[in-house]
Amino acid sequence: MSRAVAGPEIERLIQLLSKLPGLGPRSARRAALHLIQKKDQLLVPLTQAMEVAVDRVVVCSRCGNVDTSDPCTICSDQRRDPHMLVVVEDVADLWALERAGVLNARYHVLGGTLSPLDGVGPDDLSIDALVERVSADAVTEVILAVNATVEGQTTAHFITDRLAGLPVKVSRLAHGVPVGGELDYLDEGTLSAAIRSRTPF
Amino acid sequence: MTLHDSQLGRETGAAEALWLSALGLANFRNYERLSLALDRRPVVLTGPNGAGKTNLLEAVSFLSPGRGLRRARLADVARRGGDGSWAVTATLGGAGDDVAIGTGIALGPEGPEATRQLRLNRTPAESTQALLEHLRVVWLTPAMDGLFTGPASDRRRFLDRLVLAVDPRHGERVNAFERAMRGRNRLLADHTADRSWLTAIEAQMAEHGVAVAAARRECVALLAGAIAETQPDGPFPAARLALEGTLETALDGAPASGVEDRYRGALATGRGADRAAGRTLDGPHLSDLAVVHAPKAMEAASCSTGEQKALLIGIVLAHARLVARLSGRTPIVLLDEVAAHLDPERRAALFAILVGLGCQAWMTGTEPAPFTALGDAAQHFAVPEDL
Ligand SMILES: Nc1ncnc2c1ncn2[C@@H]1O[C@H](COP(=O)(O)OP(=O)(O)OP(=O)(O)O)[C@@H](O)[C@H]1O
Ligand SMILES: [Mg+2]
Repeated sequence: MSRAVAGPEIERLIQLLSKLPGLGPRSARRAALHLIQKKDQLLVPLTQAMEVAVDRVVVCSRCGNVDTSDPCTICSDQRRDPHMLVVVEDVADLWALERAGVLNARYHVLGGTLSPLDGVGPDDLSIDALVERVSADAVTEVILAVNATVEGQTTAHFITDRLAGLPVKVSRLAHGVPVGGELDYLDEGTLSAAIRSRTPF
Repeated sequence: MTLHDSQLGRETGAAEALWLSALGLANFRNYERLSLALDRRPVVLTGPNGAGKTNLLEAVSFLSPGRGLRRARLADVARRGGDGSWAVTATLGGAGDDVAIGTGIALGPEGPEATRQLRLNRTPAESTQALLEHLRVVWLTPAMDGLFTGPASDRRRFLDRLVLAVDPRHGERVNAFERAMRGRNRLLADHTADRSWLTAIEAQMAEHGVAVAAARRECVALLAGAIAETQPDGPFPAARLALEGTLETALDGAPASGVEDRYRGALATGRGADRAAGRTLDGPHLSDLAVVHAPKAMEAASCSTGEQKALLIGIVLAHARLVARLSGRTPIVLLDEVAAHLDPERRAALFAILVGLGCQAWMTGTEPAPFTALGDAAQHFAVPEDL
């Protein structure tokens, strides 16, 4: 066991930072030190920004995105095509697609994928809400932007089945998404190619 | 350039030579630390039992995806008495163009990590799958001696390794199929399962299952072609290969899409039986590779021990040639305790074939004598003295 070099307050800060994606224990230590040394320029404003985030962040009741308003910025954006819905597994995928900036549509966040091995079933995902939204908002096209994993594709198939009775065109991402590929990790060029070449399911 | 780029139009062209120009071990099995400089010639390792010859071959086998030639648990590979981490490093020469590979288990804050890491030229790679873009490793070990008489699962695994070396996407397909199948088995066991969920997951099984079967068929056909180029009654008798499996057989007479539809239908009607059995009773996870000693027209399982070994060597050598042709680079061939058990004539034939292939073959034995015929055509190491 290594000895603690700082008091428990700082150790706690390091421990929490190390839980962030991309930060291991060593880089968390560096980040903590950096924050402490730049207390006024960094630590104080960061703390304030985080407090505001804690107060204001909500999950959008329409699409499942996270934002500081409900409905979220994307759902309330009048310039977006209200008849096109892009279905994603989680918010990270939504943000990845927004970064690629190829779609002028609205989203629907499923909250995961069907996975018997992880005990995730249809009721754990917002699939019923999706079906409701499609009929209520007169959606004419649904793009299934789920990952090219077994679970993602099973979920896509399941959703297509649930939407079968409705007057809506269902397509899925085609080219460029490698088998087992995770959307969040794809570069923007690959993502826009995938979206342009979507195919009917 | 990666292997994917060079696969086309190489059917007949000569493969570029690729070899390990350096091999390094840290906390690997009995080796605390080792660094070995090599040239392109075959490598001969001789020394007493327990000296660490097979361990060296195992280290090289980790330069391909998977669990290595012992199919060991990654934790067992770490040196006893070490900290649980281990590493194999290698530099490629020839067509590998000085690619530096590092792989192993790193030490995390909570002890050794669970998955094998890969670094290519000091940059982390997403998965060990990326190794196949640089080199292919094939092997034959004494543990494979019972292949023809043992369970079908061993032959299926052997076959899928053969396929993987000619078609790097095969591992993903097999994994995807098995993942979907395990999911379906779980759903069936739950009884409450939604039918359209089952239908969706069965569609995934059918898609990946048919892809697995098709890739196996293609590999077996290519391999049969490579075997046919050799003298049928030479030192290593020609093997006749046949795939036994419902999907593989169905692909003989129907296009893949038709087979996929039929398999999906079979899965849907088989739900009751599969639920009762607690497993999936039909699919590529049950296929087998049937091997016949062609000159004698005798199924391999009924051949003598020596004949079985000779058949297996013939298959592995033909496979090495096929891999060289398709990937454009010579594979690394690991032959554990192979040469010493052959009669002098077959041994000479083996050496001639390996030298002809131009591949860096790694061979082991307890005595140097059987390898003296190789002379300067190989690099000889006494284990452990010369390491
Ligand atoms: N994880 C480990 N840590 C330390 N030593 C190990 C580990 N695993 C195996 N060994 C030891 O490594 C030694 C060498 O094993 P290896 O199988 O390489 O021998 P070999 O030279 O191939 O012998 P043989 O001629 O009998 O096949 C053995 O004594 C074995 O007990
Ligand atoms: Mg050995």
